[in-house]
Amino acid sequence: MLDEAVIQRVLGSALRSGGEFAEIFVEDKRSSSARLDDGKVEELSSGRDRGAGIRVVVGETTGFAHTADLTEAGLRAAAQAAGAAARGGRGGERTVQLARVVSPAPNGVTRQPGDVAKSAKVDLLMRANEAARSEGGAIKQVTVRCADSRRRILVANSDGLLAGDDQVKTLFAVSAVASGDTGMQTGYESVGHTVGWELFDRVDVEQHARRVARQALTKLEARPAPSGTMPVVIGSGGGGVLFHEACGHGLEADLVGKGASVFKGRRGELVASPLVTIVDDGTMAEEWGCYSIDDEGSPAQRNVLIEDGVLTDYMYDFLRSRKEGRARSGNGRRQSYQHLPMVRMTNTYLMAGADDPASIVAGTDRGVFVKALGGGQVNTATGDFVFGMTEAYLIENGEVTEPIREGNLIGNGPDVLTKIDAVGTDFAMGPPGTCGKDGQGVPVGDGVPTLRVTALTVGGTAA
Amino acid sequence: MSGRDGLEALLAIGDRVAGMVAAGEQVEAVVLHSRDTEIRVYEGEIEQLSSAESQGVGIRVVRDHRQGFAYAGTFDDEVLVETVAEARDNASFGTPDEHLGLARPDGVAVVPLDLFRESLGSVATDAKVEMALELERAVRGADPRIAGIESCDYVDSLSQGAVVSSTGVRTASRETASYVMAWVLASEAGETQTGFGFSVGREPSELDVAAAAADAARRATRMLGSLKPSSGRLTVVLDPWVTAQFLGILGGTLSGEAVLKGRSMFADRVGDHVGSGLLTLVDDPTEAKAFSASATDGEGLASRRNPLIDAGLLRGFVHNSYTGRRMGTASTGSAVRAGFKGTPGVGCRALSLLPGTASQAELIAAIDQGVLVQSVSGLHSGVNPVSGDFSTGAEGIRIRGGALAEPVREFTIASTIQRMLLDVQAVGSDLEWLPMNAAGVTLVVDDVTISGA
Repeated sequence: MLDEAVIQRVLGSALRSGGEFAEIFVEDKRSSSARLDDGKVEELSSGRDRGAGIRVVVGETTGFAHTADLTEAGLRAAAQAAGAAARGGRGGERTVQLARVVSPAPNGVTRQPGDVAKSAKVDLLMRANEAARSEGGAIKQVTVRCADSRRRILVANSDGLLAGDDQVKTLFAVSAVASGDTGMQTGYESVGHTVGWELFDRVDVEQHARRVARQALTKLEARPAPSGTMPVVIGSGGGGVLFHEACGHGLEADLVGKGASVFKGRRGELVASPLVTIVDDGTMAEEWGCYSIDDEGSPAQRNVLIEDGVLTDYMYDFLRSRKEGRARSGNGRRQSYQHLPMVRMTNTYLMAGADDPASIVAGTDRGVFVKALGGGQVNTATGDFVFGMTEAYLIENGEVTEPIREGNLIGNGPDVLTKIDAVGTDFAMGPPGTCGKDGQGVPVGDGVPTLRVTALTVGGTAA
Repeated sequence: MSGRDGLEALLAIGDRVAGMVAAGEQVEAVVLHSRDTEIRVYEGEIEQLSSAESQGVGIRVVRDHRQGFAYAGTFDDEVLVETVAEARDNASFGTPDEHLGLARPDGVAVVPLDLFRESLGSVATDAKVEMALELERAVRGADPRIAGIESCDYVDSLSQGAVVSSTGVRTASRETASYVMAWVLASEAGETQTGFGFSVGREPSELDVAAAAADAARRATRMLGSLKPSSGRLTVVLDPWVTAQFLGILGGTLSGEAVLKGRSMFADRVGDHVGSGLLTLVDDPTEAKAFSASATDGEGLASRRNPLIDAGLLRGFVHNSYTGRRMGTASTGSAVRAGFKGTPGVGCRALSLLPGTASQAELIAAIDQGVLVQSVSGLHSGVNPVSGDFSTGAEGIRIRGGALAEPVREFTIASTIQRMLLDVQAVGSDLEWLPMNAAGVTLVVDDVTISGA
């Protein structure tokens, strides 16, 4: 993407006014998407984001500048701006010797989305639309979207690292609106992987679309969700956002370091039920949050965060690992070349346990079964977190019964983790997600087996 | 690229793109440029300092009643040519729709708004750093229980944008914005709570660091000792910041696109009584005090005042040129874009409720059993604007016998959007222009379900 000699000169230039560390992150991303709504293919859209972000670190200060001008002159200007922003330290010429690091790619790509005919993309949308609408006249609206991107990155730094990655992602999503006596309801399901167009060799778009329509139709019968604290069973593959919020963010070392995490100072302690082992794994082949290297050039890793209930370690980016004297964990990510990296999750999941999934519901007298989770949010300093239920049912006398309306569930992370008393054998990853932190969104995956929390607060309206 | 020259340069790029229109076609370009500074301080030092320019062009082509779109991050001529060609190619795959077409100048005069402060360009970086450091010092000194700072930032931007189309639209505008913001931690007896404070203006001299620090400290410390409340039904008093978020969601249900596509609960209800008689809601992006004000919309048409709800009666919706055309009316100057990477949608940009006459304290004094909601979470996960379900995490202060009582957290508030509008008991007098697409004001809503222990 860029000449090595140019990179070396730019890094040297960045350190001219002082600094211990300089890094250049180059990104070239091509994206395209197609959307069908209201029975019409509304538009195809495509674009290219290309540029470089340069940072210089002096002590505890990071200076940063980015540019879309990838000529040597443009890069040197950004390097000087970043260097000036870091203000301080000893100046002078620095020669940087680069050595390329190759990390294993989590998977290959068989069909580059960029090579797929646009007509094929449109055809997919129309087939899904017809299938969803075939579920009945109560289906009033269907939206289908497919999107793909190819993101090539190159990272080089003054420690001599040079590494690159080629990340292809493909996504497909359907939403439907159903209308009935109780008003309108929605269904939604997305599927996405870090693969090319071969995704559609294994996804049956018509079946996917029909499931979405049926979800909306089912919810027309939904009654108000209960209000109060009760046992909650999460279905496998419904989405591990529960753990992403309950402890994932709280285990990001930057938040821990600032005293903004309830998990601070608890390494080595029992923080969860012994049935709980939570992993963050950037090497998980094809999952939405996987990559070969993170956006600082560190190889992706499988990091066990909590093992049999004991907190093993936090997640780090380059600066945090250096500050805390810990090894790199491959969690330094950024939304684009226009952003600074920070500690982010990749694919976060609860490992499968030994319980028979069917027995988990059967053993729950009264509660809520959440089949599909929506997004969530957490205050890592207090530990309070929420997550949404986009498809959920009552559990009555050990059976899944009536569908209930959407809402948030709320709990406190450290408390909820100790209240997990059953973990099923049926692990499955959930749909692709986008994690937002400090104004930056990055793609993440999550997964869970069927599990039960003995007490979570359900935010419904039915007393 | 700055000042008047900057706008002329962006318009020239727009002219160049619109000039590439072929026979039987319409072409539109949105051209944006901004210079942004972001400073984060920590423990008396600069932790991060970024200063950079961003720019881009988004190109729409309408041909044979089909629409295509493409974008790029540079303005090199060959990139513009390539991007127009890509948008044109994308258009050939859309389903023909006779209502598709770009906006045409509609004779509504642009209200000149003074949103740009020339002086921001000459404020030294050191002065900006000092503001952030001053905020950090002020927060730390505001209360002995302030234990730490999660973030303390100064941010500003000088942005400019132009929209030029082959159908005759040619407008440009520029604006400046700056803010300081802190997220702080308060601790007592082994417990930690958080709070935020901010001050926003068009330039640094308009910022009130002391107020931002006081707000952050107050919000964080008053949650100390908070416990989970029991479940029940209560009257809720929404703090202005929370009301603004609720109004933003409500505004989404009044978008012409949602109505057209059968996704709005208000689709056939113009003229109906949809809320309390105390509710009068207007979207007015020409209100210069609104931080989301802008003289023109995402298609380059003049922004204008759009009344939406009048004393509880639904007046109408907001439209862009497509939704207006399709619904047999016209654009209300409400095309919205999030940057240059997408086609314009429809949305409200500066919502506000007509304020009442009572202060928040006076409103609280009239409530026997209630809760003052200081902040909410999970708006994107527990609120469904199509079904109307509204369920969010919340924290705040219990109201008992007309007085603020114990702080409460880890609970949810739930109702439906439809019911909440009808259950509004009072609108406060404390209208506040906030950095989002709606102004805040205290709002009292009856009969909301609290889910706790």
